[in-house]
Amino acid sequence: MNDTENSEKRAHRTVLELDDVNIYYGNFHAVKDISFPMYEHNVTAFIGPSGCGKSTVLRSLNRMNDMIPSSRIEGSVLFDGENLYGDQVDPVLVRRQIGMVFQKPNPFPKTIYENIAWGARINGYKGDYDELVEKSLTQAALWDEVKDKLKQNALRLSGGQQQRLCIARAVAISPQVILMDEPASALDPIATGRIEELILELKEHYSIIIVTHNMGQASRVSDYTAFFMVDSNRTGYLQEYAETEQLFLNPKHRKTEEYISGKFG
Amino acid sequence: MRKTTLFGSQTEIELAIKQRKQKGFVGQVIFIAATILAVLFLMLLLLSVLDSVFGYMVVRNEIEPSKFVPGTNFTQEFSREDLERVAEEHLSSGILRRVIHEKPISDRSDKDLIHIIDQYIIKPKVLRTWGLWDSVTKQEAIEAFVQENEGAQMVFRSWISPSFITSDQSADPLQAGIRTALLGSLWIILITFLVAFPIGVGAAIYLEEYAQDNRLNRILQLNIFNLSAVPSIIYGLLGLAVFVRAMEPITSGSMLLGFSDNTANGRTILSGGLTLALLVLPIIIINTQEALKAIPDSLRMSAFGVGATKWQTIWYHVLPASIDRILTGTILALSRALGETAPLVVIGASTFISVDPTGIFSKFTTLPIQIYQWSARPQGAYRNIAAAAIVSLLILLLVMNSAAIHMRNKITKKKRLL
Repeated sequence: MNDTENSEKRAHRTVLELDDVNIYYGNFHAVKDISFPMYEHNVTAFIGPSGCGKSTVLRSLNRMNDMIPSSRIEGSVLFDGENLYGDQVDPVLVRRQIGMVFQKPNPFPKTIYENIAWGARINGYKGDYDELVEKSLTQAALWDEVKDKLKQNALRLSGGQQQRLCIARAVAISPQVILMDEPASALDPIATGRIEELILELKEHYSIIIVTHNMGQASRVSDYTAFFMVDSNRTGYLQEYAETEQLFLNPKHRKTEEYISGKFG
Repeated sequence: MRKTTLFGSQTEIELAIKQRKQKGFVGQVIFIAATILAVLFLMLLLLSVLDSVFGYMVVRNEIEPSKFVPGTNFTQEFSREDLERVAEEHLSSGILRRVIHEKPISDRSDKDLIHIIDQYIIKPKVLRTWGLWDSVTKQEAIEAFVQENEGAQMVFRSWISPSFITSDQSADPLQAGIRTALLGSLWIILITFLVAFPIGVGAAIYLEEYAQDNRLNRILQLNIFNLSAVPSIIYGLLGLAVFVRAMEPITSGSMLLGFSDNTANGRTILSGGLTLALLVLPIIIINTQEALKAIPDSLRMSAFGVGATKWQTIWYHVLPASIDRILTGTILALSRALGETAPLVVIGASTFISVDPTGIFSKFTTLPIQIYQWSARPQGAYRNIAAAAIVSLLILLLVMNSAAIHMRNKITKKKRLL
């Protein structure tokens, strides 16, 4: 009884919150007026047609957009109540709290061991590296497959293994949030299934935000879903945000219904 | 009636295929012809150089060695006692005194004594030389030439030899070697590498990884492209004005050492190396930029994603991933520097020195300058030693490049296999 109460309470603590966010690339208004919260130990899925700005919004959550010189953001992104775009905030430290997994598996062209250990090392990790590597790989459900070849080049792994290695790499710096940008879109169905299982396991320890094109995936793994749309100026906006079950079974907007039933997109 | 398929009638298809094959054939012929032509020219160049390196020469001695030791044709055949005896008895007293003052005769090596006896007593004079091809085909003409000239004898000579590499400059082509020039080239290339590599790679990292895409940086970039196309002699003028003249206290070493130990003024290895470093800098920058461009952004993103700073990303991931390409570009640039003549002539490299360079403040000459200088002389034998020096330069280039490529391949292999 007490446990359920706790988890309910925990589940609703806001970890990240977008507050009236507008993002521009040069003169192009990429997304407008986005506001919604994301909760701790939940999986939040971003869905929507191509070009609706869901990846842009995702990258704004750990200041990855800073890498694109022409990009500019208005509004605030609150992480534990603190604005990530405040004057005092170091984007490097933000990324150590909010890790990222990319669309295409992109392990470092180094050993499997080094892939995990490097992030921790530059973060000044003082503990036992062997232990960290084992723990992270175990969390990413990869340990049994690679434990005998930790000194092998990570690029020799299969695509699915590489993506799980990237997840292990993100986990190794013990972030609070893990952002995933279509993590399974380059993988076959079996590898995709394993990534989805993994996401469900990982949400026990981390808050996960995932961009996906796959409706099934969003409904299987996520607790909340944000549906983005694009207007006639090609500017993205948030059409609907709700608990996943509600959004898929009982969408409020016709656009949402049409999109999730495959009428466009 | 002929069959008509989905792709048109049979005749049409056959015609189209025939035309396509014809076009393809013409293209292939042109490509093959171009390749063959290029290879031919290269062979021709190598053959003509090699032809001059070996062959007969006809020499006449002022005094025959047989006069001192009966039955010998060359000083090389003398015994040790004969060498010492001939040197002591037949050198003019002035020269003998100087030679002994430098080093007593009994302490000198056989080679040394042969050198002295040839230079001051036997005085062989090269009457004429022939290339390898002529030596094989025109033997009779050569023999006839020997008959015409009394006291002349023909000798088959390889102009490139260990003693050619290890001897210093000499006015006598039979004695001259390239040691000084070889050392000069190696010193210069060392300075060029030490200066141009870090600066070039650093500039490329700035331009490629840090610089914003604004007007100033675009102008900078454009100018680097332009600089890489500036004729090398212009760099020589720049080097002369800046390194030799304006920075003379530094490049002559007088500021650092408190004195200048030679007459080089600013015309030192340091000036030469810096000038060539300027020359190859744009090439290294452009090559390094290309190498950095070839690294996919996903690698940088993955490093940023785990909280790396820009510099950590570059140092631990981007540079290791691109180092083999960077080295390839650097090897090419240094090869160019090794072959440069004009800028070094302009900054005042010595044309005739027999003193080995001992450091960055020494006077110097380099292999290409030596080749240029020898090939400009009218006497036939100089052409042969110029050819021998060319072969030495080519061998040096090959050795340096293969060492660098070997190193690069080792890095690449390590990266791939791990």
